[in-house]
Amino acid sequence: MVTTTENAPEVNASQGYFGRAMKRVEDPRLIKGIATYVDDLKLPGVLHAEFLRSPHANANIKSIKTDAAKKLPGVLGIFTGADVNDKAGTIPCASPLPGGKSPAHTVLAGARAYFVGHPVAVVVAETRTIARDALDLVDVDYEPLPAVIDPEKALEEGSPLTHPELGTNVAFTWSLPAGDVDGAFKEADKILKIRMVHPRLTPMAIEPRGCAASWHAGESSLTLWTSTQIPHLVRTLLPGMIHIPENKLRVVAPEVGGGFGSKLNLYAEEAVVSYLAMHLDRPVKWIEGRRENASATTHGRDQIADNEIAIQKDGTVLAIRSKIIADVGSYCQLLTPAIPTLTGLMLCGCYKLKAVRVDLTGVHTNKMSTDAYRGAGRPEAAYMIERVMDLVASELGLDPVEVRLKNMPESTEFPFTTATGLMYDSGNYQAALKKAQDLADWPKLLEERDTARKAGRLFGIGLSTYVEICALGPSKIMAAGGWEWACVRIEISGKVTVITGTTPHGQGQETSFAQIAADRLGVPIEDIVVLRGDTATAHFGRDTYGSRATALGGTAIVMSIDKIIEKTKTLAAALLESTPKEIEFKDGKFFINGNAKTALGWGQLASEAYVAKNLPAGLEPGLEASSFFEPPNCTYPFGTHIVAVEVDRDTGQVKILKYIAVDDCGKQVNPLLVEGQVQGGIAQSIGAALMEKTVYDENGQLLTGEFMDYAIPRAADIPDFVLGSTVTPSPSNPLGVKGVGEAGTIGATPAIANAVVDALSPLGIRHLDLPFTPERVWRAIQEKEGQS
Amino acid sequence: MIPAAFDYVRPATLDEALGLLGKHGEDAKVLAGGHSLIPAMKLRLAQPKIVIDIGRIGDLRSIGERDGKIAIGALTTHYEIESSDLLGRSCPLLPEVAGKIGDVQVRNKGTIGGSCVHADPAGDWPAAMLALDAEFEIASPRGTRTVAAKDFFVDMLTSAVESGEILKFIHVPVTAKTAAYVKFAQKASGFAVAGVAAVVDQARKAVAVAVTGVAAKAYRATGVESSLRGLEISAATIATAAQKAADGVDALSDIHASAEFRVHLARVYAVRALELAASRG
Repeated sequence: MVTTTENAPEVNASQGYFGRAMKRVEDPRLIKGIATYVDDLKLPGVLHAEFLRSPHANANIKSIKTDAAKKLPGVLGIFTGADVNDKAGTIPCASPLPGGKSPAHTVLAGARAYFVGHPVAVVVAETRTIARDALDLVDVDYEPLPAVIDPEKALEEGSPLTHPELGTNVAFTWSLPAGDVDGAFKEADKILKIRMVHPRLTPMAIEPRGCAASWHAGESSLTLWTSTQIPHLVRTLLPGMIHIPENKLRVVAPEVGGGFGSKLNLYAEEAVVSYLAMHLDRPVKWIEGRRENASATTHGRDQIADNEIAIQKDGTVLAIRSKIIADVGSYCQLLTPAIPTLTGLMLCGCYKLKAVRVDLTGVHTNKMSTDAYRGAGRPEAAYMIERVMDLVASELGLDPVEVRLKNMPESTEFPFTTATGLMYDSGNYQAALKKAQDLADWPKLLEERDTARKAGRLFGIGLSTYVEICALGPSKIMAAGGWEWACVRIEISGKVTVITGTTPHGQGQETSFAQIAADRLGVPIEDIVVLRGDTATAHFGRDTYGSRATALGGTAIVMSIDKIIEKTKTLAAALLESTPKEIEFKDGKFFINGNAKTALGWGQLASEAYVAKNLPAGLEPGLEASSFFEPPNCTYPFGTHIVAVEVDRDTGQVKILKYIAVDDCGKQVNPLLVEGQVQGGIAQSIGAALMEKTVYDENGQLLTGEFMDYAIPRAADIPDFVLGSTVTPSPSNPLGVKGVGEAGTIGATPAIANAVVDALSPLGIRHLDLPFTPERVWRAIQEKEGQS
Repeated sequence: MIPAAFDYVRPATLDEALGLLGKHGEDAKVLAGGHSLIPAMKLRLAQPKIVIDIGRIGDLRSIGERDGKIAIGALTTHYEIESSDLLGRSCPLLPEVAGKIGDVQVRNKGTIGGSCVHADPAGDWPAAMLALDAEFEIASPRGTRTVAAKDFFVDMLTSAVESGEILKFIHVPVTAKTAAYVKFAQKASGFAVAGVAAVVDQARKAVAVAVTGVAAKAYRATGVESSLRGLEISAATIATAAQKAADGVDALSDIHASAEFRVHLARVYAVRALELAASRG
């Protein structure tokens, strides 16, 4: 896979680090295999936990016989729901919707198992092998029950109930009436109807989950190491579950091998392992297997939408009515209900719709919970609105590019408030679109399609002009604070320690935050270390998800540095027998205005600050500052992706021939990281578009529990990319940064979908749902050819 | 992902291996490249009490001409076959198949013998073995016996190798260049949803076509073969004959492909295999 980056900036040391495409400081240890993941931790006396999981989607648990397993030498104990459920609390949902009904989510199954993979018991043993052997000796008497699998059938009268005590399979409902929808529909020249399905996906991070807990009996405190995106949120939520005070819990995210939202959660295993460590007074470690990961780590997406679109003959899209069914699985985990609400909020995309009405129903089924997965609700929205724009174009015989341009706000209209009430911070959708078309050589692409079609080949071009919401967000709209925290410290030696409350797990902020700090402080980047992920070190934080770390975490760093600079001016003034107003700071040096000879550097000043012999009255020793950044708004990255595909008529296989992406994430700290994020996001979208789908059969058996059956893209599936960017700074933070971690996943799937449908359009195919597996495409073709 | 406990022994000779196999019977499994057995053990689908690792028996790892045919030792890796000059010249179908198996890591460890004995319905080798009318030389304490390919693949995951026996050699004929293997791979696993091996004998106006991935075991598409017997091979004759590529078989159905789609792919890939093979003449 070759990437051509249209505007790779030149590396020029004198221009500073911000904006420089630099290799990551994280990479050497990762490539050499000397990074420490949870499983690498060596804890003296550690015990190993293995979870026994339900093989049934829905079953009463009549009895659990553990005698035989307990007798196995090396087994320390076997614990069931009866042993731990009242000691390890219930798993929280931080974003319940009003009127939503939630069953108590105990850490282990109680009287009933609700999904394949539901943890039923846990074995603790001296070695992992013994624990695994002991699982085979635990005898559970299950009484299987009919499984609730189809979310639409689950809403029908007489359906079996996932949680009988709720009296319904409805987990929650949510409505977004925005604007005069009825009026818009009355005004419309035409109403389009389209049903769209976004399948369930399995995140499949390369490192499955795992955690280890150690109880420090002397201090009555606990350390939990866990492969998580959210050590701070875990530290907030776990204490109540395992009955220890918050300030006696330390949570550490060591090296984490990918999260993609699947580690944005508080899981049963974390609470159980913590409890076991306390109860047994020995460290306990648990490492997930891939099959467990596929069945008992959160899934993504899984929405069915019935959409009606009110349009004018000239291509104006007036309004959308959307009834969305979200199959959330058996329980609402941390953000389960919030995810599809983001779909509703972003349903207008980058268009000036007058009105939107979304009616969302979350449905409980006997499956694993859905929750955040790269894009978290926004890929579903972008998929829908971008397919709609193509449908509008084909319905009216208009150019899909023209239809989009017609409905977009001008760049001068920002901040732009959408029908759903979101204030898009800045944007220039037309510029990104034009740049993408230029990079794609749009007229030539159209010619290529013509030539191919004349030869009877199924060649298609698709585009998406997407916008998304990230850098979450203002605390008013967040469940438990949306700010971000940073501490910056100039050490006595003049070296710099930056502590971030974000928790990068592959995003590269050890490098990009050092770039920001190096520039702001005027110090060599080698002198800076960035610490993250340990609540004992990063006292506060709201962690990493929603593409928030650089915009919010980076700003908190800058705020802290500016406080230090302020203080140091006072110190320098005292040392130079001047006043703070007379002191200039430039290129890492403090000097009296106009007199460079008086320059003092960080090393000298830090020494003064800590040795503290010459401090002016009233100035505290030390050079350290911390800050909380409360963002005034989210940020709204955007872009245009253009895709050319060819469909093999005989096999239904889709080949991506060309891929062009122009993404605008505001100012770029490190273009290499931006490119990496875009590539990865597009790769995951290719998976969603062409091959991925989490499949449960009618009995709730998970059929895609291994990589033998769940296809994710390999290198050979990824086309050569042509990547470019526009830069429209965000006014939501002083860095002008937006966020790019999820943008690729949001912009790419609809572009690919539009290309495939375009390829099939000469056959009269108007829409086809994801994923475009060969059989699905072949059947669509057969159906049409059968009709002709 | 952790196997049940097992003992491990690594005999140095085939006789030693046969002795161990006889001694342990049902408790033992033979380990060659491990790429079918070890995943099964990790999932505890297989729980042998003793694993007999024959991987170091050098005699069984060879490619050589013998009596006008080519003898391939059962422990020859897919990679060794893929990169064999001898096979490239004399039986090019085999390197072509080998190069389509799994990925580099699988090809470096997996063996042709292990793969054939495993008899995965979607494995690549069975199609080639059937199309070539290969012969399987099987060793036991009682001596050696030879089984024709058509009798070797008995059923899904069942070969003609009985307990107490170890496959020694596979004998394949020297063929012309007019052979080909094409496959539609299952996107996740890379196994064949439909894999077709075709050997075209232009002089005798005869073809051999074998299909894997479509049914419970690989099979010769005899309908295709008889439709082309005595005819000049052309796009038109191939297109007609290939319609019979799934005649008389019960096609498998799973989340990756329905039976209907497999049948369709068998036909499509029969066309592609025959056209490709013929074009190499």
